[in-house]
Amino acid sequence: MQIKPGLPWKELPLGGVIDVPGSSVEFHTGDWRSSRPVIDLNKCTGCMLCWLNCPDNAIKIKNGKVEIDYDHCKGCGLCASVCPVKAISMRREALEEEERHGSKHKP
Amino acid sequence: MNIKQLAEKIGNNSWFAPGHRLCAGCNAGIIAKFVLNFAQFKGYKVITVLATGCLEVATTIFPYTSWKTAYMHNAFENAAATASGIGAALKSLKKKGLLKEDYKIVVFGGDGGTYDIGLQSLSGALERKHEFVYICYDNEAYMNTGIQRSSATPMLASTTTTPSGKVSKGKQQPRKDLIAIAAAHDVYAAQTSVSHLQDFWKKLEKAFNDQPAVLNVLSPCTRGWYFPPDQGIKIAKLAVETNYWPLYEVDHGRWILNYEPKQRKPIIEWLKTQGRFKHLLQPTQENEKLIAQLQEMVDKRFEYIKKLARATSE
Ligand SMILES: Cc1ncc(C[n+]2csc(CCOP(=O)(O)OP(=O)(O)O)c2C)c(N)n1
Ligand code: SF4
Ligand code: SF4
Ligand SMILES: [Mg+2]
Repeated sequence: MQIKPGLPWKELPLGGVIDVPGSSVEFHTGDWRSSRPVIDLNKCTGCMLCWLNCPDNAIKIKNGKVEIDYDHCKGCGLCASVCPVKAISMRREALEEEERHGSKHKP
Repeated sequence: MNIKQLAEKIGNNSWFAPGHRLCAGCNAGIIAKFVLNFAQFKGYKVITVLATGCLEVATTIFPYTSWKTAYMHNAFENAAATASGIGAALKSLKKKGLLKEDYKIVVFGGDGGTYDIGLQSLSGALERKHEFVYICYDNEAYMNTGIQRSSATPMLASTTTTPSGKVSKGKQQPRKDLIAIAAAHDVYAAQTSVSHLQDFWKKLEKAFNDQPAVLNVLSPCTRGWYFPPDQGIKIAKLAVETNYWPLYEVDHGRWILNYEPKQRKPIIEWLKTQGRFKHLLQPTQENEKLIAQLQEMVDKRFEYIKKLARATSE
């Protein structure tokens, strides 16, 4: 069963059994991130090493290409560290934010 | 292992779901995911058992789970006993005709849960020859409770219970040899590293086909070893290149060294990457002596494995 916050305790599954496999996908760890990986698909050779090594399974495959799942990526930078052609760069979230909103606030 | 084939088969449907709360850059996540990917690729049905520790705590915070396999956590000290029980239950269900499929049981335990408190239950289960693959993700201390030393903590590492300072230079004793202990049960036991996934894959193949089996996998920990979160895999690789963490296996008494660096790097290279060894880096006479001792230990141990490999090859 799907357990939502606020569910009365009497309705919780017996023994606190979690019966939705992989339900942690609903918990977004992306907001832990202080740097974000950005993939340059022109450099990417499709070796899939980043996909293989991401501890958070936050690299998805879409039409044969790798793509970051920013809802879950914690910004550890391991993907960038294993990329043999340096196609992944880590960018400070604060700078990204500034670019998006044109803020003059110094990060 | 062919990575592209693996990626094609697993795609975005890994049995290890995102949204777990291991630290950013925690290598235990890579290990868990890789083992599940392996099983999924092979088409096995899997039941995972976890000992208490970071991996267990971070992947099963109520009401969430990161596991898409059947999963059971019991306690800190009895993961292998739990696996034994599950194995016995499966056998009984089969006998009664209530279960058709074959399941593989995979156990994950930290070094504390394996080298220390879970050692007796592991030994018992190995001796009884219950079928399971035991993966120890070895981050060399009790990380989940705040970096206390374990019997896997290397000599001279600073932990919260072996702090470096005026009176001490970190842990005083050398680490325990888990693989030799496991191998003494006449099973397949091997050591591998998160930085050498091809080696890891080959050992998983052997382990799944020769149960019970024990794999010990080096799992760098950003919090307990003190390094930036993008460095884990590089540090694991350096552990192999310095011979600190030899890749080897013991196949029912036969020792096999899987990799020997052409030119082993000095141990200081490895120490330098981690804050837990920071107190050894000031160039004092005492430190030089300690590092020389550590170097000698590493070299001796490597030679010892080579000697055993020679002695036990037919
Ligand atoms: C019997 C018992 N003693 C102590 C604890 C507290 N405890 C929980 S996890 C843990 C440390 C686990 O260390 P390790 O097995 O190395 O895994 P890690 O957290 O390092 O991944 C301890 C001491 C417990 N849960 N049960
Ligand atoms: S930064 Fe870390 S969490 Fe994010 S995609 Fe890369 S490896 Fe995964
Ligand atoms: S403390 Fe270490 S082992 Fe535990 S989740 Fe963090 S990085 Fe992983
Ligand atoms: Mg540990």
